[in-house]
Amino acid sequence: MSVLDRPRVEEPVPEVGAPPRLKRGWAVGATIFVWLGGWALLRGTATLELGGAELTGFHQWLNGVRDDFDAARDTSFFFQYVIGGISTAIDTVVTFFQELLSQPAFPRPVPEIGWLGVVALLTWLAYALAAWRSALLVFVSLLLFGSLGYWTDSIDLLIVTAVAVAICVVIGLPTGIWMARSKRATAALTPVLDLMQTMPAFAYLAPLALFFGIGPASAVVTTLIYALPPLVRITAHGIRTVAPTTLEASRSLGTTDVQALRKVQLPMAKRTIIVGVNQCMMAALSMATIAALINGPGLGQPVAQALQSLDIGSAFVSGIAIVIMAIMLDRTTTAASQRAEKEARAGRAGGRRRWVVLGAGGAVALVLVYVSRTYLWAAEFPERPDLGTPLSDGVTQLTDWLVTTLENVTNSLKDLVTYALINPLESLLADTPWWLMGLVILAFAYLLGGWRPTAISAVCLLVILGTGLWNETMKTLTTTLVATLIVILSALVVGVWMGRNHRADTAIRPLLDALQTIPPFVYLVPALALFSTSRFTAIVAAVAYGVPIATKLIADGIRGVSPTSVEAARAAGTTAWQMISKVQLPMARAAVVLASNQGLLYVLSMVVIGGLVGGGGLGYLVVAGFSQAQLFGKGLAAGIAITALGIMLDRIAQYAAARYGRA
Amino acid sequence: MGRHRSGPVRLAALAVLAGLALAGCGGGDIESAPTGGGGGEECGEFDIAINPWVGYEASAHVVGYVASSRLGCDVEYKNVKEEVAWQGMGNDEIDVVIENWGHDDLKKKYIEDQGIAQEAGSTGNVGIIGWYVPPWMAEEYPDITDWKNLNKYADMFQTSESGDKGQLLDGDPSFVTNDEALVKNLDLNYEVVYAGSEAALIQAFRQAEANKEPLIGYFYEPQWFMAEVPLVKVDLPPYKPGCDADPEKVACDYPEYDLDKIVATDFAKSGSPAYDLVKNFQWTNDDQNVVAKYIAADGMDPEEAAEKWVEANQDKVDAWLK
Repeated sequence: MSVLDRPRVEEPVPEVGAPPRLKRGWAVGATIFVWLGGWALLRGTATLELGGAELTGFHQWLNGVRDDFDAARDTSFFFQYVIGGISTAIDTVVTFFQELLSQPAFPRPVPEIGWLGVVALLTWLAYALAAWRSALLVFVSLLLFGSLGYWTDSIDLLIVTAVAVAICVVIGLPTGIWMARSKRATAALTPVLDLMQTMPAFAYLAPLALFFGIGPASAVVTTLIYALPPLVRITAHGIRTVAPTTLEASRSLGTTDVQALRKVQLPMAKRTIIVGVNQCMMAALSMATIAALINGPGLGQPVAQALQSLDIGSAFVSGIAIVIMAIMLDRTTTAASQRAEKEARAGRAGGRRRWVVLGAGGAVALVLVYVSRTYLWAAEFPERPDLGTPLSDGVTQLTDWLVTTLENVTNSLKDLVTYALINPLESLLADTPWWLMGLVILAFAYLLGGWRPTAISAVCLLVILGTGLWNETMKTLTTTLVATLIVILSALVVGVWMGRNHRADTAIRPLLDALQTIPPFVYLVPALALFSTSRFTAIVAAVAYGVPIATKLIADGIRGVSPTSVEAARAAGTTAWQMISKVQLPMARAAVVLASNQGLLYVLSMVVIGGLVGGGGLGYLVVAGFSQAQLFGKGLAAGIAITALGIMLDRIAQYAAARYGRA
Repeated sequence: MGRHRSGPVRLAALAVLAGLALAGCGGGDIESAPTGGGGGEECGEFDIAINPWVGYEASAHVVGYVASSRLGCDVEYKNVKEEVAWQGMGNDEIDVVIENWGHDDLKKKYIEDQGIAQEAGSTGNVGIIGWYVPPWMAEEYPDITDWKNLNKYADMFQTSESGDKGQLLDGDPSFVTNDEALVKNLDLNYEVVYAGSEAALIQAFRQAEANKEPLIGYFYEPQWFMAEVPLVKVDLPPYKPGCDADPEKVACDYPEYDLDKIVATDFAKSGSPAYDLVKNFQWTNDDQNVVAKYIAADGMDPEEAAEKWVEANQDKVDAWLK
């Protein structure tokens, strides 16, 4: 999700004097020629390869900084009282809700409010905030959590997410408002937000655990770092886009700044802000499994455990529970925002009937809460009906069968892609001397986007050199490019089909919508089951994550091609293939370019997660840095390299999209 | 009153929630059930780190089961890797690491320098780390168990992941390993590839033996899987004390580890009966393998597996509780 969902405000202007197309073709050809020639002659020299256990001075320095912090945490006022205070506060709040809703409240063997009460309360809350449809969704989802066998973990995740999102709103709203009203704040905060979103969480997980402890506080802070930027950005965007005429009108009536903000800008931006909260919530869920590695409570725990013991059945079932929670939260917040808008327009909340239902529902919920405190059957989620065990067994059997039956197919597919695509490309990128490779990248940046991305790329490449991980970065670039290529090809095939065929669109679109709500970690489960650990496995997971968004963008682009052009072409007697290649795709070029850009960024955000299933390169180093004390500095450096690589690719793609999407 | 326009619904929701929270504190009717056999002393919360291998899980759950059933402790298992577990002793989040493999660097940092942790004696388990091949290979290529011959066989171990080098399969990135340095310093034409977890290593060795496929990889004992497939260890240059001091320059075999218990200093001073249990806890590699097999091969819940072993070995357990 990283840099993706931010509304792209500034559109880069195509540079003056960009090379004309024909010349550019020659330049690309020449660059590739020089590259291949250099690779053939100098292969394996100056590759800056660093052995697995080797550290550079920079890595050791980072280790030293970590050790200093580690030693200071017992003596420093700041760590003991400020950081300590924050983490105690968060832990206390989370523990309070856990004992209220999910965990045994010692010495009681069960939580204060049992499952029946929790179901009744949350269903009622969904009705109060949204509508009966959402209430029904929440009701069914909660029962599913229980019968899948993950009641406690699900409610824990809900609590951690709620606390993280609440803090997010408290910090994010004012920050967003500030950014909307001050250009200087925007300029200062944008790079910080970029960093927060692109820096892989794994890289700072261990130091966080050092300061905030193992458990809820660290989980909440980790989530916060990742989930805050979308909320801030979307809030700022929402307030900025309130029509200036409206603001003018209110100002001419003599409202003060604060009044204008409270009475005009905030209410009008409300819908956008709720979208921000929704994005923040989804980001929080996608961090669940990562937070589990520092014992953060919630559904991430069983997923991480099951991946560890290769228990695909359990990983699948707990993954499904996360997906259900994502859908439940996504749809409920969306419905709540629609309701907020409707109320704002109609001026009055609901009718009398709604009040009656609310009151009665509240009373029923209260009774059920009382019951759940009194009777054990209403306090502990019943073991039957048990959907989890049969589902998990079924999935295990199915994967066992699939893996044994398809072993030859999956292995040959894996070997084919690895030998034919990944290994040659990796050799081309990683075995070329670093100075030549750097020049090639800069040349491509210039040819694709002009001078500005070239300058940015130069800075990013210097940073990567500074991390001492050039070779590993090139390996990561390889898997990223291969995955992006596969994403674009599959998105083109499916997207064109959907764009041309209405029935295909109605059938596939809901599936893509659902896939987009799935937290990226869940994609590892089937990929791991089918291909065990390898770079290809990581690529498969990244592709699965990137395809939905790219496909939807291309389908929308094809659909948006003017019907008259299509009609005219059809009248001229073009074949279906000609129609696609000569009319629809060229006219939908902007969408294709945007889809490639988004596909690339989604793939890039899977680099570290891919490191968990054999992705290699920087992703693995980040994972290893989290696991081995002496590799911490190297892991953090790898995190920095990933961020630099991401910013470089993002900028090149952005400028290229602005140039080619427009023509 | 514009600003209260959509407020009442939310206000009502808040009021009800607040009321519930209050009601929640009022005291319930479900009897507070005693968690265990109700030992005399006060135990309270007992936090055990769980590191990601089954043998560790076996030891941790046996100790945890005894602590909760005999001493009435409120046992919490925390799933964290080794480094993070050591860190957690500083802020009262981890009380014990029940099976520690060497980690002289961490001992220096947290025991000597910071004093937040201390040693609590051997578990009685002997730990061995090394490179192993499936038994069929040791039979077919008897000289493969000497590291000097490994380059001769490197081609056999090529995979799509290791390219033109032989593949040396490692486990979880958090495990104690010198393999990357060993490959480099012994000039071996191999590449370390990570399987990702103990389970993945076991699966790979099992398949290699069943299909008579070549495989060489990192593995360790105590290990229940050795009973199913007796892997054969490859001899690396013999270990001498100090030869593994610099992680970048290691060129010798792993030492034989006396697996020991590490406890948080605060926990040791707390007078908790759980501390005495941890200190007295000792068993053999065979004991651990039994419980580990219950968990990994028989699919038992770790707590049930611990219970089964404890029921069958009351005498050993009683000795820990003296």
